[in-house]
Amino acid sequence: MINIPSTLRISFRALWVNKMRSALTMLGIIIGVGAVIAMLAVGTGASKQIQQQISTLGSNLIMVVPGATSAGGVRMGAGTQSTLTMGDADAILKECPAVSEVAPVLGGVGQVIYGNQNWSTGVTGTTPAMLIVRDWKLSAGRAFTEQDVKSATKVCLLGQTVVDKLFGGLDPVGQIVRIKKIPFKVIGILEAKGQDPRGQDQDDAIYVPVTTAQKKLFGTSFPGMIRMIMVKAKSTEHLDSAERQITELLRQRHRIGQKQENDFTVRNLTQMMQAAEQSSKVMTMLLGAIASVSLLVGGIGIMNIMLVSVTERTREIGIRMAVGAKTWDIRLQFIIEALTLSFIGGVIGIIAGISTSQIIAELAGWTTLVSPLSILLAFGFSGLVGISFGFYPAYKASLLDPIEALRYE
Amino acid sequence: MPLIEAKGIQKVYRTGDIDLCALCDVSLTMDKGEFVAIMGQSGSGKSTFMNVLGCLDKPTGGQYLLEGIDTGGLDRDELAAIRNRKIGFVFQGFNLLSRTSALENVELPMLYNGLSSKERRQNALSALKSVGLEGREGHHPNQLSGGQQQRVAIARALVNNAPIILADEPTGNLDTKTSAEIMELFVKLNTESNITIILVTHETDIAEYCKRVIRFLDGRVVSDEKKGLGIRG
Repeated sequence: MINIPSTLRISFRALWVNKMRSALTMLGIIIGVGAVIAMLAVGTGASKQIQQQISTLGSNLIMVVPGATSAGGVRMGAGTQSTLTMGDADAILKECPAVSEVAPVLGGVGQVIYGNQNWSTGVTGTTPAMLIVRDWKLSAGRAFTEQDVKSATKVCLLGQTVVDKLFGGLDPVGQIVRIKKIPFKVIGILEAKGQDPRGQDQDDAIYVPVTTAQKKLFGTSFPGMIRMIMVKAKSTEHLDSAERQITELLRQRHRIGQKQENDFTVRNLTQMMQAAEQSSKVMTMLLGAIASVSLLVGGIGIMNIMLVSVTERTREIGIRMAVGAKTWDIRLQFIIEALTLSFIGGVIGIIAGISTSQIIAELAGWTTLVSPLSILLAFGFSGLVGISFGFYPAYKASLLDPIEALRYE
Repeated sequence: MPLIEAKGIQKVYRTGDIDLCALCDVSLTMDKGEFVAIMGQSGSGKSTFMNVLGCLDKPTGGQYLLEGIDTGGLDRDELAAIRNRKIGFVFQGFNLLSRTSALENVELPMLYNGLSSKERRQNALSALKSVGLEGREGHHPNQLSGGQQQRVAIARALVNNAPIILADEPTGNLDTKTSAEIMELFVKLNTESNITIILVTHETDIAEYCKRVIRFLDGRVVSDEKKGLGIRG
């Protein structure tokens, strides 16, 4: 028999009469909800960015690099030894069932010239499988083929940065550029990929057939040696088995004994990135938890004001009781007041949180992402705060003695 | 069946080792349509008795039957429902909600018995009309004179068609002329609508309006006179 619409009206009026006080109480909730949303947005944005970088690397990517050379006990670091061959790359594709694509990589830095423009960039020799391994598409022209690799044609694919530096607004496809003074025909342009997880520009690159790189650009003292093998596993579940199969195969091929160290390293980049993503998720939760503390403080503010309000309105409560208000009529009136404060505060807080996260994105240049879940979470939490911190003052009000309350000055 | 039946009502306050007896063995009956003045010095127990009659306070001993119902066995909310349905209160200090219009003050008791907002408005308007405050519905208490405020309070007491009005020094804050007007209003309600009116006062000229005068002293009834009938209790 509790009259909800009129209880609502009574509560709204009480809040409206004390506008300044209500606004300040709400401010606590606004800051709390806003902080939770903004912090979660920063955290979620960071995770999202890591996810995007993982996908630009190419999914399910494994890299195999040669091991370290050792000269008189001084070990020179990964990649200093030339132990990987084209044969290894072919063998991995043929003999490891968990692997779907393999791309050998060989490269160096070279000066590129077109017309009166020149630019120094990384030149990489590889096979057509590279584009599949890295999930990379062309924005214009065509990719080089197995035939190009076999006959070591002087053709190349340009990254977007190289195109911008050398060609300005012109169409590069079909033009001739000179790499290390050797003329190459531009047959395709790679889609822009942006930075890799280490912050390097992936578009500042030129790709040529691996054989051309070996024979014409970076003639090595050990023909057939390559710098790195990029491998794509069949699926995320196959990553571990692919890693194991490659290691076994290469140990066998390189004739490494039981107790000897590997002369190569297998790196599972996806797993590394997943670990990074996991840690950024933990960070998000931590930020959210810290922000929730301010929401809690806001709730205590509500309780404080409601207690003051109950004391101030003792006489009103007495009158209401005398004319027939029951325990829950009084209780509900004050709970609704507290809920209204936290509800309106919550709505404004959501707006404040979204704008703050946009300002952060603008000023700090971070990626921020406001997820619907974080809005729901912050809003639900503020409602909970309203009920739990509003209940005690309401409970206190409902237990007042009507005679005492009527006499209260 | 009498409307109000008090049997050996006691109200004892325990302060330390001393028992303070605010009401000692008060037995009274009142019938429907009576107009009763309860008189006595301050501390005589008359206000405590009124609080018991109004179901605002529970006696520590004895039995209080309202329309035959023993109020001793009722809980807080059941007492609230009785106050809402059966009893209208008029106080010395008016006890209106400030910053709230006359109309909404009169609607207040109906918020707690489930009437629709349309019914509430209609009943409140007719109650205000019956106390002569037509056209002042939108005024707030601080825009009304003392007499007008007390009329709003009386309208609030009437609005649920309660059979009993309990008035605690209703003219205590009013001048002589306004007091007379308020008492005329009570007389009219008593005779025309047959509402039982019980009022506490210490002014004899106010008690003159009533048909029965009960005097309290030290928590006991010392006299009970019915006018025109010459019966002494």
